[in-house]
Amino acid sequence: MKTSVVVESRESKPASLSTEKSAIRTPKSQIVIALAGNPNAGKTTLFNALTGLKQKVANYPGVTVERKEGTWKSGEQTARLIDLPGLYSLDVTSIDEQIAHDVLTGKVVNLQKPDAVIAVVDATNIERNLYLVTQLLEYKIPVVIALTMVDLAEKQSLEIDTAKLSELLEVPVIAVKAGQKQGIAELSEKTFEAAQNHSIPPLPWLSEAEFLGSEDDIHLSLSDNAAANRMIFARYNFISDVYQETVKPLNTTERGVSEKIDTVLTHKFFGLVILIGVLLLVFQTIFSWAELPMSLLETGFGALSEFFKAQLPAGILADLITDGIIAGVGGVLVFLPQILLLFLFISILEDTGYMSRAAFLLDKLMSKFGLHGKAFLPLMSSFACAIPGIMATRTIENPRDRLATILIAPFMSCSARLPVYTLMIATFFAGETVLGFISLGAVLMLAMYSLGIVTAIIVAFILKRTLLKSPPPPFVMELPPYRLPNLRTVFQNMFMRAWLFIKRAGTTILAISIILWTLSYFPRTETELFIPPGDNASVEEIQKAKVDFQQSEQLRNSYAGKLGHIIEPFIAPLGFDWKIGIALISSFAAREVLVSTLSIIYNVGKDANEENDTLKEAIKDAKKPDGSAVWTPLTALTLMVFFVLAMQCMSTVAIVRRETNSWAWTLFMVGYMTALAYFAAFLTYQGGKLLGF
Amino acid sequence: MILTNLPVGETAKVVTVNGNNAVTKRLMEMGVVPGVAVKVVKTAPFGDPIEIRLRGYSLAMRKSEAEAIEVSE
Repeated sequence: MKTSVVVESRESKPASLSTEKSAIRTPKSQIVIALAGNPNAGKTTLFNALTGLKQKVANYPGVTVERKEGTWKSGEQTARLIDLPGLYSLDVTSIDEQIAHDVLTGKVVNLQKPDAVIAVVDATNIERNLYLVTQLLEYKIPVVIALTMVDLAEKQSLEIDTAKLSELLEVPVIAVKAGQKQGIAELSEKTFEAAQNHSIPPLPWLSEAEFLGSEDDIHLSLSDNAAANRMIFARYNFISDVYQETVKPLNTTERGVSEKIDTVLTHKFFGLVILIGVLLLVFQTIFSWAELPMSLLETGFGALSEFFKAQLPAGILADLITDGIIAGVGGVLVFLPQILLLFLFISILEDTGYMSRAAFLLDKLMSKFGLHGKAFLPLMSSFACAIPGIMATRTIENPRDRLATILIAPFMSCSARLPVYTLMIATFFAGETVLGFISLGAVLMLAMYSLGIVTAIIVAFILKRTLLKSPPPPFVMELPPYRLPNLRTVFQNMFMRAWLFIKRAGTTILAISIILWTLSYFPRTETELFIPPGDNASVEEIQKAKVDFQQSEQLRNSYAGKLGHIIEPFIAPLGFDWKIGIALISSFAAREVLVSTLSIIYNVGKDANEENDTLKEAIKDAKKPDGSAVWTPLTALTLMVFFVLAMQCMSTVAIVRRETNSWAWTLFMVGYMTALAYFAAFLTYQGGKLLGF
Repeated sequence: MILTNLPVGETAKVVTVNGNNAVTKRLMEMGVVPGVAVKVVKTAPFGDPIEIRLRGYSLAMRKSEAEAIEVSE
C-alpha cells in the first residue's frame, strides 16, 4: 500500500498527500480504457505508442496472450490502458476471449468496467475486423475505432471513407500511423471524450436477431448454437452493408505479393524444403556469427579475473571473486551472443508471418501425433525458452490439447541448453567435418534438437491416446499477409530478452555460483603430498604434483565433493564421475548453471599461472584417479542427451504449475522427463561403449 | 456442393455452414457466412489443411472442417 502511494505521488507531482489518500479510497477516480483488436491489426504498436511501454509485436495470431496494462497520459488526462489479447471474436470459447470478456464486464479484480474501448481495425482487412467491433458495441461501452495500416491500404489502392464509416457505425473513426505517432492526438481527444460522454449508438443488427437473451450478458446467454449462428450472420450482414458504402477496392497488389511469396513458401514440396532450410540456416548462423563475440567475452572475463588476482591480496576474498563469481557468472554470460541471435531469428520469423505458414505446412503431420497446428508457435518459442512457449499455449482452445502441448514443450532445446551443447561440442568435436564440408558440431547440434523434437512427438502420441484422449481439435487459422518486421520492435524484443538473461545471471546464477564455490571451498583441507626420499623429480615437478594433489584433495573433502560422491553410484552407469555429479545437481535449478559449476569445480584452488587455461582445456585435462581421462567424446554426448530430455529448470516447473493449476501434472512432467533422460543417457553411454567408442 | 469439392483456384458463394458446433461457429465468426464469396487457394503439402480467401484475407482450415461449408457457383 505504501509503495502505491509513492508511485502515485510521483505521477501527479503537485498533488498533496491528502488528495492521494482520497484517490486510493475511491478507485473509480481514474479512467479505464481497454484496447481491443484482431491479432496482427497493429494493436501492440499502438499500445506502445500510447503508453511508451514496450512489449512484443508478432505477426502470428494470438501471441499477445497476457493482459498488459500501461498508463496513458494525454495532456492533463491520465487513463489506465488495458491491452486485451488479440481476438477475432468475444464468444468465450478460448481463454483469451474469456479474459477479454471479464475485463469488458468488469469482472476482473481491481479493475473497474472500462469507460471506453479503443477498437483497433486493420484498414486492409476491414470486414473481418469490424466483426469484433460489432461485438464490442454490444457491451454498451463507448467504442472509438483506431484505423491502422492505412498506409498499406493506400498502397493497395483501397479507398476508405472514414467519415462515412464513422457516420454509419455512429462511433468516432480515427486513422492512425502508430509508428509515426500520426493521429494519436485526435485519438486521445475522441477517446477521453467518449469515456466521459458515455453515449452508446443503436445496434441495428440486434433488432434483426431479437430472439436473444438478456442484454447485459449477451454473449454468455447464447447457449443455443443456432441462435448464436443467426446472430453472427446478422452482424456480418450489417458489416457487408457498411463495407459496401465505405470501401472502394481498386486492386489488391499487396495481397498479390503475399500470394506470390506463398506460391513458393507454402509449396507442396519447396515449402517443406525451405522450412527445413530456414531452421538449418538459423542454427548455423547462430553458431558462426556468435563465435567472435563469444571469444571476446571469454577473453574479457579472463582479463577481469587476472585484474582481481593482481589487485586483491591472496585469500578467501580473491578466490571468491575470481573462482566463484567471475568463473560462474562469466561462464554463463559468454553465451549472450548466441541467445541474442536466437531471439532475433524467432522475432523475425514471427513478425514476418512465416510462423503461421509453418503451422499450415505442418498441421497434417502434427495432427497425426495428436497435436494442433497452433501448437507449432508455442513449441517453436520453446526453442528460445519454455516459459513464453508454455504461456503461448493459451491460444489452444481444448484443455487437453493444451496440456499435451505444455507437457512436451520443455523437450524443445531451449537457449539455456545451448551453453551446455556448445561447451561439449567445442571441447570434443571442434574442427571435425562430415562429408568434408559440413561441420560435425552443426550436425550434432541438429541431432540434439531433433532428439528433443522426436521425443516430444512420441510422448504427445502416447499421451493423446491414453491420459489425454480427445477428438481431433479444430484448425481454423488466419494466414496473415507477409509484412516486413518492424526492426525497432524486433531489436527491442531481442534486448528485452537479453536483459532478462543478464538479470538471471546476476541473481539466480550469481547465488548458485557463490553457494557452489562455498560448498567446494569449505571445509579447508591441508594435505601434503608425500614425496619418497630419493625421488629424482625436479623441484618444479614436485611443486606441481603437490599443488595438483592439494587441489584434488580439497575438492574431494569439501561439502560439494561429499555430495558428488553420494550420487556417484547412480550416475556411474552414465559414465559420469562425482565432479560431473556436482554439476548435475546444481543444474537442476537451471540448465546453464552446469557451465558455471564446471568452471568453478575446475578452477577451485588453481594456481594463478594456470588461470589462462580455458574451461575447455580444463575439462580435457581432467583425470580419474587411475590417470585415464574423465571426459571422452562419448561422455560429452551422453551428457548432451541427458540435457535434451531432463526437466532441469525451476522457473519452468513454476510456470507449469501456474498454467496447469495442478501439482499432479507438474510432478508427472518432472518425473517422466527425468526418468526418460536417465534411461536415454544410459543407453547412449552403454551402447557407445559396446560399439567401441 | 461441398467446399472441399471446389477445385483449387475456383471461386464460389457460401450457401450454408452446416452443423451446430464450435467449429461452425468459429468459421462463421471468421466471416464464412451465407452469401460470402470464397476462393480455394491451395492445399498444404500433406493434402491438408486448405487455404481459402474471403473478405480480402486468407484463412486456413482442415478439410474435415471445410466439409461443413456448402457452396454454389
